[in-house]
Amino acid sequence: MAGGAAPGGSVQSKTYREARGWLLLPAWVTLGILTLAPLTIMLVYSFLTKEFRGGVIWEFSLDAYDQFFFDRGLFGDEPPRIEWTYIGIFWRSIWQAGAATILSLLIGFPTACFIATRPEKERTLWVFLVTIPYWVNLLIRTVSMKFLLRDEGPLSDGLIAIGAISEPLGIVNTNLAVQLGLFYSYLPFMVLPIYAAVERYNFALSEAAADLYAPRWTVLRRILLPVVKPGIVAGCILVFVPSLGSFLAPDLLGGAKNFMIGSLIEEQFKGNAGNWPFGAAASMILLTLVLILLIASARQSQKRDG
Amino acid sequence: MPQDREIAIEVQNAVKHYGTFTALKTISLSIRDNEFFTLLGPSGCGKTTLLRMIAGFEDVTEGAIYLYGDEIDRLPPHKRPVNTVFQNYALFPHMTVLENVGFGLEMLGKSKAEARARAGEVLEMVRLSQFAARKPSQLSGGQQQRVALARALAPRPKVLLLDEPLSALDLKLRKAMQVELKHLQRETGITFIFVTHDQAEALTMSDRIAVMSEGELQQLGEAREIYERPRNVFVADFIGDTNLMEVTVDKVEGSRAQCHLGGGHKLTCDSVDGIGPGAKVHMSLRPERLFLSADPVEAESLSGTVRETIYIGTDIATVVELEDGPQFTIRSSNSTRGNARVFEAGTPVAVNMEMGAARLLVD
Ligand SMILES: Nc1ncnc2c1ncn2[C@@H]1O[C@H](COP(=O)(O)OP(=O)(O)O)[C@@H](O)[C@H]1O
Ligand SMILES: [Mg+2]
Repeated sequence: MAGGAAPGGSVQSKTYREARGWLLLPAWVTLGILTLAPLTIMLVYSFLTKEFRGGVIWEFSLDAYDQFFFDRGLFGDEPPRIEWTYIGIFWRSIWQAGAATILSLLIGFPTACFIATRPEKERTLWVFLVTIPYWVNLLIRTVSMKFLLRDEGPLSDGLIAIGAISEPLGIVNTNLAVQLGLFYSYLPFMVLPIYAAVERYNFALSEAAADLYAPRWTVLRRILLPVVKPGIVAGCILVFVPSLGSFLAPDLLGGAKNFMIGSLIEEQFKGNAGNWPFGAAASMILLTLVLILLIASARQSQKRDG
Repeated sequence: MPQDREIAIEVQNAVKHYGTFTALKTISLSIRDNEFFTLLGPSGCGKTTLLRMIAGFEDVTEGAIYLYGDEIDRLPPHKRPVNTVFQNYALFPHMTVLENVGFGLEMLGKSKAEARARAGEVLEMVRLSQFAARKPSQLSGGQQQRVALARALAPRPKVLLLDEPLSALDLKLRKAMQVELKHLQRETGITFIFVTHDQAEALTMSDRIAVMSEGELQQLGEAREIYERPRNVFVADFIGDTNLMEVTVDKVEGSRAQCHLGGGHKLTCDSVDGIGPGAKVHMSLRPERLFLSADPVEAESLSGTVRETIYIGTDIATVVELEDGPQFTIRSSNSTRGNARVFEAGTPVAVNMEMGAARLLVD
């Protein structure tokens, strides 16, 4: 404009770009404070030396990672062997979170379909009903779950009363109890994204498939499931990831044997007994694992669509 | 019950209730083998309902439906050898065009290779071969329409059901598809049941037409019959343009009737069953069967004044106000001969009728 040489369009788009940069500032600040900064702190701490009463000494060290993967004997002077304890805890956590995810999917998918096929006015009510228990604090919900499941609890007593079982249930402090706890903790995260996908689903597609000689189950498998798959994948990720790092359900329902990653990490930062660099390292390893899973699932769905 | 191989679909006393609402009131009709049959009627008259009952998506409240003599009204949709072209196409978004078209064949137990080969053949038929690998979302509306058509034709159904398949297309494309559909029907020899609310479309495409209104069958017949010999006021008014006026019947002789208008002017009309002397009924006069002249041509000619002329392109319409009151529209072709019969507004003229132009109707 000033020299008359620059075409108006490009001048305008430059100011536009500047304005947009400023408008994005809050987003960048939030991302920086809430995501990048904590991650950087964790990453740095995982490479520091531990202080015995909690906290860190500012001295570079690979001890935390070494301790996670290798066993060098009680005094640290033996040749290194693979340390299976923590890898085992990770493996069990993945297994528990996976089982909870599958359980949520099996219950959540039909629930979501049910809600999505109600008359439009009723749907909000059903969604509300599904989310009501989640207004209560997770700790209280998990404790209540323990009361429900324990041997003198209503579930066990009820089943004995109707003669379905003769011995008390004996379910508390097992893997199953943890899975049920995780399932109950995160069920809405499965139901809501699937509900959103099924609600958008055009049921004329099911009719078209039936018209083309597909029996009901084939319609479900070949048409409905693939079309709402993005919702299912989102639901699975939203249940699996927090389940993996969860510590309330394993602590309260699983007892000491059924330790999961969340509890392991939690312990490192609790009281004076913890090991901060080790907790940070375990968190970084968990994060890496989750990222690998997410990237793999994104790749997979990209390949399908592309 | 009916064992006739000449009858593709027989609908017998079919009734459909949605709760307390009656969508179809006792419909009976036969659709012949290898016929281009059209269900025509205004929106909400029950066309889709009837089609969905034939396809199996709605159950019949009462009555029965036969396909080449076999009762099908209790079969689920996937067991009925009929296919549907859906109004909004309902193409499977996660499958390619080829997979969409092959789906029905695969479900019928054909091998993947066989399904692909046949699907390719049908795509060729609708001239979409080069789009076989695309997803439906990468096609234009007209192309999606042809994929839906190919998908429904691929399993070689005994009857093809089409629910307003052209309504989403623009005029030019719609005209082209009308010709193509007609051509495909001839080529494949499959019975087509075509639903539309567009009377012009129905007239150009159909072997026979069933005109429906408010869940009832009004008239069933060939296009020419429906247009030229409408049975009642609804059909005459819905199909094409017409002039309707009230007359009183004086005398009926065979298929002809003597009547008079409100002002006493006498007319001779074609009559229909169920009209006797003294009846007050409607008379239909098709605009293109009337012509204007400066002076009356015969005793029955009506006289009036030209109010306006409307240029339509192929035709010119003249609105005439009769001495007895009602307004009339008269059409003449936009040609040297036709234009000789066009008069300026304000000119007094005579309205003359061709033989058989005036028809009495039951209400
Ligand atoms: N599922 C349904 N529930 C209640 N009423 C319906 C349903 N489907 C259609 N109708 C009613 O039945 C009548 C006929 O509908 P339809 O067959 O779709 O008409 P058309 O296809 O001729 O426009 C309409 O009045 C419509 O509102
Ligand atoms: Mg309809």
